[in-house]
Amino acid sequence: MSAPRSNETKPVRMTYREACRQAIREALASDPRTFVMGEDVGLYGGCYAVTKGLLEEFGPNRIRDTPLSENAFVGAGIGAAIAGLRPIVEIMTCNFSLLALDQILNNAATIPHMSGGQFAVPLVFRMATGAGRQLAAQHSHSLEGWYAHIPGIKVLVPGTIEDARYMLKAALADPNPVLIFEHIVLYNAEGDLDPSVTDVDIRAAKIRRPGRDVSLLTYGNSLPKAIAAAETLSVEGIEAEVIDLRVLRPLDNATIFESIARTRRCVIVDEGWRSGSISAEIAARLADEAFFDLDAPIRRICSREVPIPYAGHMEEAALPQTAAIIETVRGLVRPR
Amino acid sequence: MSDFVMPSLGADMESAKVTEWLVKPGSVVKKGDVIAVVETHKGAIEVEIFKAGVISEICVKEGEVAPVGAVLARLTAAGEMSPRLEQPPAPAAAVPTAPVARPPEPKPAVPSPPAAVARPTAPPWEATAAEAGPGKRSKVTPAARRRAAERGVDPSTLAGTGIDGSVTLADVEAAPPTLVAAPAAVGTGTEPRKPRLGFDPTEMRKAIASAMSRSKREIPHYYLATTVDLGRSLAWLAQFNETRTPGERLLPAVLLLRAAALALREVPQLNGFWVEGAFRPGEGIHVGWAISLRGEGLIAPAIHDADQKTLPALMIALRDLVGRARSGGLRSSELTDPTVTVTSLGERGADSVIGVIYPPQVAIIGFGRIGDRPWVVDGRVEKRPLVSVSLAADHRASDGHVGGLLLSAIDRLLQEPDKL
Amino acid sequence: MSDKPHLDRDHALHLFRQMLRIRRFEAKCVELYQAQKIRGFLHLYDGEEAVAVGIMQMLEPRDAVVATYRDHGQAIARGVGMGPIMAEMFGKRQGTCRGRGGSMHIFDRATRFYGGNAIVGGGLPVAIGIAMADKELRPGAVTACFFGEGAAGEGAFHESMNLAELWRLPVLFVCENNLYAMGMPLEDAEAETDIYRKAKVYRMPGEMVDGMNPITVEAAARRAVDSIRAGNGPYFLECRTYRFRAHSMFDAQLYRTKEEVELWKQRDPLARAEAWLRENHMVSDEEMQRVAAEVDAEVEAAVAFAEAGTLEPVEELERFTLMDEVPQ
Repeated sequence: MSAPRSNETKPVRMTYREACRQAIREALASDPRTFVMGEDVGLYGGCYAVTKGLLEEFGPNRIRDTPLSENAFVGAGIGAAIAGLRPIVEIMTCNFSLLALDQILNNAATIPHMSGGQFAVPLVFRMATGAGRQLAAQHSHSLEGWYAHIPGIKVLVPGTIEDARYMLKAALADPNPVLIFEHIVLYNAEGDLDPSVTDVDIRAAKIRRPGRDVSLLTYGNSLPKAIAAAETLSVEGIEAEVIDLRVLRPLDNATIFESIARTRRCVIVDEGWRSGSISAEIAARLADEAFFDLDAPIRRICSREVPIPYAGHMEEAALPQTAAIIETVRGLVRPR
Repeated sequence: MSDFVMPSLGADMESAKVTEWLVKPGSVVKKGDVIAVVETHKGAIEVEIFKAGVISEICVKEGEVAPVGAVLARLTAAGEMSPRLEQPPAPAAAVPTAPVARPPEPKPAVPSPPAAVARPTAPPWEATAAEAGPGKRSKVTPAARRRAAERGVDPSTLAGTGIDGSVTLADVEAAPPTLVAAPAAVGTGTEPRKPRLGFDPTEMRKAIASAMSRSKREIPHYYLATTVDLGRSLAWLAQFNETRTPGERLLPAVLLLRAAALALREVPQLNGFWVEGAFRPGEGIHVGWAISLRGEGLIAPAIHDADQKTLPALMIALRDLVGRARSGGLRSSELTDPTVTVTSLGERGADSVIGVIYPPQVAIIGFGRIGDRPWVVDGRVEKRPLVSVSLAADHRASDGHVGGLLLSAIDRLLQEPDKL
Repeated sequence: MSDKPHLDRDHALHLFRQMLRIRRFEAKCVELYQAQKIRGFLHLYDGEEAVAVGIMQMLEPRDAVVATYRDHGQAIARGVGMGPIMAEMFGKRQGTCRGRGGSMHIFDRATRFYGGNAIVGGGLPVAIGIAMADKELRPGAVTACFFGEGAAGEGAFHESMNLAELWRLPVLFVCENNLYAMGMPLEDAEAETDIYRKAKVYRMPGEMVDGMNPITVEAAARRAVDSIRAGNGPYFLECRTYRFRAHSMFDAQLYRTKEEVELWKQRDPLARAEAWLRENHMVSDEEMQRVAAEVDAEVEAAVAFAEAGTLEPVEELERFTLMDEVPQ
């Protein structure tokens, strides 16, 4: 176990991947009910190498390789959670989670309510999400917004090293099924961990960069893009506030509305497809409940509505990019 | 005797055709027996009976369609059966007896749509859009719109600097402040660039038309009138004015206003509003004083707490109000606060006036032209200054007796002008 | 039933009574459905009683059950109270699931009854997980997982067969093969109509059982549970049975003939058990009448319990969507 102790003061530099791994290691070391289950999590070390080395450390009973049976091992995670364990189920990518959608929606999200509260389903599903590595359509989609449609689950999207490191702990402590979407491009991202922080909440959105002129609402791998855009805009005298949504369900309305009440302009950056997306949901809530705070139309920057293509130039064109964020904000704040 | 009814075999089953009877009158049946076959949209289904006894009557012939709940047959219960098991299912008792009767209201699985569909009134934003007229609507952001309302700025007069030329919050805040006539009373804003211009006569006409149409459409008016001898009042007034400078002198209208306000204190049932099917008393007596705007319309802004102001104070208030009304400088509260309206024709116009109530107020008091007319005093005909005092009141909120009390009080108060 | 000479009178009567409880309960459900007291989909267990009753004889309180949407019989045989089941179907707060589940979703924590599952095949993976947890937390406990033969068409069935055997999990798979998946005849749906053979290709021990006889079901369950508790991994029982009633309430049964239904009714597990009891002079007429009267009284009491129940306040609608804590 290598959780930083709070008396350490020097920031610890690590990758998002390492942060995910440390989170899992800490969970396994601190709770004997916890185990990891998924495809190639053991011998192979994880498709994205997150669980590399953990099999040697914890053995095959705690790091359990499964056959390619998403439906069964996701359901098994649910059964194990109902019966007293605290599984961490890794689904290789969210694209494959569709093979287990029946279990996630019809069982994990449903049993607590349908049983009249007799059973909780306390488990964590981790899955990779997003595009940017030229993996083509069947490995590149962003389905977190889609899952955020479902009552009965929580949807987390760590966009920082700190969240990658500590969201899992909070998710395992939660009595509900929690889905954590880790962006494939972020795994290699490096950052400093503040050693005085040992916990994060999984309730609130966070202001990552304060600003007065426009609120950029985003999450996941679009967060660094939004921050980069805000830095560029700052040179031009436009101060963009960047809000990391972090939790797509339940959405933190308060932080969003409070920001819009100050900036009165909103741009949502969402790697999901535009139609019926989490960005659409946020825009609808703003129109519903913050209408008179808005001093400009709500703008959205989403993935183009195509299966994410393989070729690099097309993939790049399909995704939200920093340049588009900058251009959109300029058009909104300085229309002439 | 009990009824065997068309069973409900599923939420989507509304009726079925009886295709075959497996029993006839006189047949002995026991619980669980299949006694008929019915044809549904899913095919033929055998139906069971849950009571034992003897079939006494077949009510629906083979080939006939019957709705769920309709009586298909009647049954004479067998005496030897356990009474506990023989409790008829609850709905059967409520079923009508006609062979193909109207079924009990099926309980829909989801709330029925009409409740949601039937919206009696259009949402407010639709009205706003319609009022602006085609092509007239300017783009104003929601935040700017709200701020404009707070500041009394008409955003449609501003040059927008936002997206697509929209008027933004900054545009509204940069606009010069305006004294405003509240749209609530007259349905228009003012010209912020020329603050003291007054009202747009066309818009005002529309607003009056709308308010008065609503009044006559919705309010069941009743009308009372009486004639008041103003001899004592005018004599007292002449005496009072004798020692005053022209600026301090009182007009007869102030006495009428004061008398009306004090009378309303005695008859509070006429001071207030009819809202949501009930009378809501006004908080204070805020007399809306009808002011004619030089032939271009009419407005009735409030003199707040008129019953608590002295006659000189009322005179000052009245002068100020009339001046500002004609120059467009009314405060919004003056247009929204009146709890009753008083109209006085003064020296011009007709002998009497019977007003139209300004909704949601419940009364309007009218004073006609003051003039010398014959009047019987102590059995002799004399020349006296008379005024016709009328009341139009909302019959939903009060009755004629109450109205009579108000007119009597006004009369009494005007006979003792030194106490006004 | 002469193949079970060791069967004693008390146990035979117990099995009969358990099956009668289910039969009478279901009959009352039909009546109450047509009177519109019960709504939604209602799937009845008539004809299949021997399966649930036979299996449950071998289960202990520490064991778990995963059920199907035709779950009244499984729940009653497991020991879930008739009153809460009926109240659940009435949509009452006193129902097993406070009116949120209905006929197809009976859950009961006290008896480790993990729900009527209405996604065919969806319960099998959950049973795998329960068995995984039990292997760690409750050694020796068995999870009995019920499903129909229609589930064999689902991928989840095959994935679960594989995982259970691969990880040697303590699961008793109970296939209630009633020959029709809704209206789909077995031979039109499966290339291999012996479902237990599908388990065998996953190297799992399995057998076909006469599901119209509680004694044979119980005997097979004994073999299966003993093997599972001994640590030999999962076991598969294909119980050939037949539902006497339609698939659900609104079903004209266009897919099977009356003659076929009548033929199966001659194998009615209740009638056979009663005949056997009488032939062997184990019970008197009075005793049989007393049993029936007691069962009827229990059913009536369940109805009264449901009638007397109250509605969950609508303010509680969203409660349990997200849990505040894990119930212990």
